Amino acid sequence: YFVSVTVSWWGGVQMGPPDPILGVTEAFKKDTNPKKMNLGVGAYRDDQGKPFVLSCVRKAEALIAAKQLDKEYLPIGGLGEFSKACAQLALGSDNEVLKTGRSITVQTISGTGSLRIGANFLSRFHGGPRDVYLPKPSWGNHTPIFRDAGMQLKAYRYYDPSTCGFDFKGALEDISKIPEQSVILLHACAHNPTGVDPKPEQWKEIAELVKNRNLLVFFDMAYQGFASGDIDRDAWAVRHFIEQGHNIVLSQSFAKNMGLYGERVGGFTVVCKDADEAKRVESQLKILIRPIYSNPPMNGARIATTILNTPELRALWLEEVHGMANRIIKMREQLVDGLKKEGSTHNWQHVIDQIGMFCFTGLKPEQVERLTKEFSVYMTKDGRISMAGVSSGNVAYLAHGIHAVTK
Amino acid sequence: MSPQAPPVAVFKLTADFREDSHPQKVNLGVGAYRTDDCQPWVLPVVKKVEKLIVEDSSLNHEYLPILGLPEFRSAASKVALGDDSTAIKENRVGGVQALGGTGALRVGADFLRRWYNGTNNTATPVYVSAPTWENHNGVFADAGFKDIRPYHYWDAAKRGLDLDGLLDDLEKAPERSIFVLHACAHNPTGTDPTQEEWKKIAEIMKRRNLFVFFDSAYQGFASGSLDKDAWAIRFFVSEGFELFVAQSFSKNFGLYNERVGNLTVVAQDNENLTRILSQMEKIVRTTWSNPPSQGARIVSKTLNCPELFSEWKGNVKTMADRVLLMRDQLKTKLQDLGTPGTWDHITQQIGMFSFTGLNPKQVEYMIKEKHVYLMASGRINMCGLTTKNIDYVAQSIHEAVTKVQ
Repeated sequence: YFVSVTVSWWGGVQMGPPDPILGVTEAFKKDTNPKKMNLGVGAYRDDQGKPFVLSCVRKAEALIAAKQLDKEYLPIGGLGEFSKACAQLALGSDNEVLKTGRSITVQTISGTGSLRIGANFLSRFHGGPRDVYLPKPSWGNHTPIFRDAGMQLKAYRYYDPSTCGFDFKGALEDISKIPEQSVILLHACAHNPTGVDPKPEQWKEIAELVKNRNLLVFFDMAYQGFASGDIDRDAWAVRHFIEQGHNIVLSQSFAKNMGLYGERVGGFTVVCKDADEAKRVESQLKILIRPIYSNPPMNGARIATTILNTPELRALWLEEVHGMANRIIKMREQLVDGLKKEGSTHNWQHVIDQIGMFCFTGLKPEQVERLTKEFSVYMTKDGRISMAGVSSGNVAYLAHGIHAVTK
Repeated sequence: MSPQAPPVAVFKLTADFREDSHPQKVNLGVGAYRTDDCQPWVLPVVKKVEKLIVEDSSLNHEYLPILGLPEFRSAASKVALGDDSTAIKENRVGGVQALGGTGALRVGADFLRRWYNGTNNTATPVYVSAPTWENHNGVFADAGFKDIRPYHYWDAAKRGLDLDGLLDDLEKAPERSIFVLHACAHNPTGTDPTQEEWKKIAEIMKRRNLFVFFDSAYQGFASGSLDKDAWAIRFFVSEGFELFVAQSFSKNFGLYNERVGNLTVVAQDNENLTRILSQMEKIVRTTWSNPPSQGARIVSKTLNCPELFSEWKGNVKTMADRVLLMRDQLKTKLQDLGTPGTWDHITQQIGMFSFTGLNPKQVEYMIKEKHVYLMASGRINMCGLTTKNIDYVAQSIHEAVTKVQ
């Protein structure tokens, strides 16, 4: 019989703008220039510009395949051995928090999933102000994550554009004014997007100030191992805060440091007053998780656990992480050399001082636009480049382009 | 301050079962397939495809796009809507790869809360069947909907579908209400509308402008036929509805812990679809950024290769046939024992679950006295039955019904 044509329900749905970070890759794909460079999303590339699957990952996968495991649902909080190894990696296996059982770690959908669970948890249970203070600038996705969870966003000074470094004075000033019991988000290491990290002495002062202000600390650690090449060094700030008595919440990602991007491996940790509180918090986290995705995916967590808990694989992993971090450090040095060779008179020291995958070049939006249009170098509008996308084969070209738009 | 939250019932049941040392214990709780040896079953086709994936050194672990693996999304939607789907040919069908059926439901629910019936209209009523999978309530509530209501579904007296009650609820629901419909193998009752009954449901829903949100977690698993199990979805699409289908590949692929799901969106035209998917991206980006790749690769490879697809259908039929056999045997044994009441519903119901009709006291007896674990609702997972334990279970049900009122 006749099917009447009705008005669509979706006439009012607006077209969403492309994601600022992932949209860069989309644009890059369409470009036909053979010299094009994708310095947008933070995914590590080897010196041939290819995705890098770590050997420890391939070995772990082979071990797992041989076990012929079943595919039964994981618990809501994920693979128990994974959560344990994940917490140990961040806190150090001899940490008093782990010994007394006063923390809970759940497996999450990589860093994003961890941040979102954390944000949802705060939204539901945090008795203090609904404001989350982010460093200025921060990862672009932090804001919508917290907002969608029902929190409000504020900022504290962080990056100093005049030095391309840390605005320590500004940060302390702003933090000292944050209302008590607000949430402050800190990047544990390899700050995204700037690559600017506080020095240990600065971290100590921040920790004390934050304690005096009675703020709830939310650490985002997406690059443990990737920043300095040393996992303990990169976790120093997290461990120091805990030592100083902060009961932090912590998001971890294994996307970059194990190259497990698409497997979505992460953890969310809440450090509590005692084991009883940890149990209660765990029960509430499960209630938050269940109506989103029921329970997390197994594959990546199994790989990560196998690596962390198998001595030879763990040792190999540490080597490979070190290798990735070193290649990036080398590219930073080569980029600065290249710029000097091009005759640039600007001070590019910050390229070497910054740490981790990203470099805040200091390029202005107009310069970024030129770099993209004239040289097919793709990056985010804020001047951030992913050093992982730089190789010995294209670093000279990049130096040439940057010099051209900044001279 | 975080108070202790109650555990999810079905997981607690399994935990209690594990701790029980009784030699004849039986777990008829959580919904996962078991072989006749009561073991989990990794589908042979899945083992084969996983081996191919592990041995393919050209594959890496890079991020998938926000909406997921393109070949997976299109193949998944095609499985639901059919190879000859006009809607697909008209380019008005899209998929959002999600974390299992739960993830697909949640992304759909989040989208509806933001964009359906105005913007951020949390007052739109959401109707779920009485009873339904308990997580339906949580998904829509956490997505922000304030008014979640039951629609009549299970008739305890006649142990079947309360069609009159259902149709009446459809007639009385405020226009534009959202209805969550189980595409097949209703969880927990195992009771599905007939095709004629679906037609009646569709007629009212179209006339009253109600939103169709299908939950399809058992396609293929129910009857053994993918097409038969998708009949209701395809009928509604052919009737011109703009609808959502939350698909799970947990059961029919046995990929429970890889979290493979797809939200199929059927829109009026490609232009609408494009805008919808762009907003789905925004929702996904703050929930999990992009979905996990392993499970999607397995399903995609299987669905997109004719021989593997054929092999998969065979594996699915194996599972469905074993369940049908257990249903048949359980009914027969109860009838042979002379257990009071009628037991036809056991073979009339379809899919993994059966609503036995046992009351909470009888269920308690089953668990405490007989060490047969089932949900307080009287729901049993047919997959927990084997040729080795079915006599004991039938005997236990007989005792529960005759000794406990």
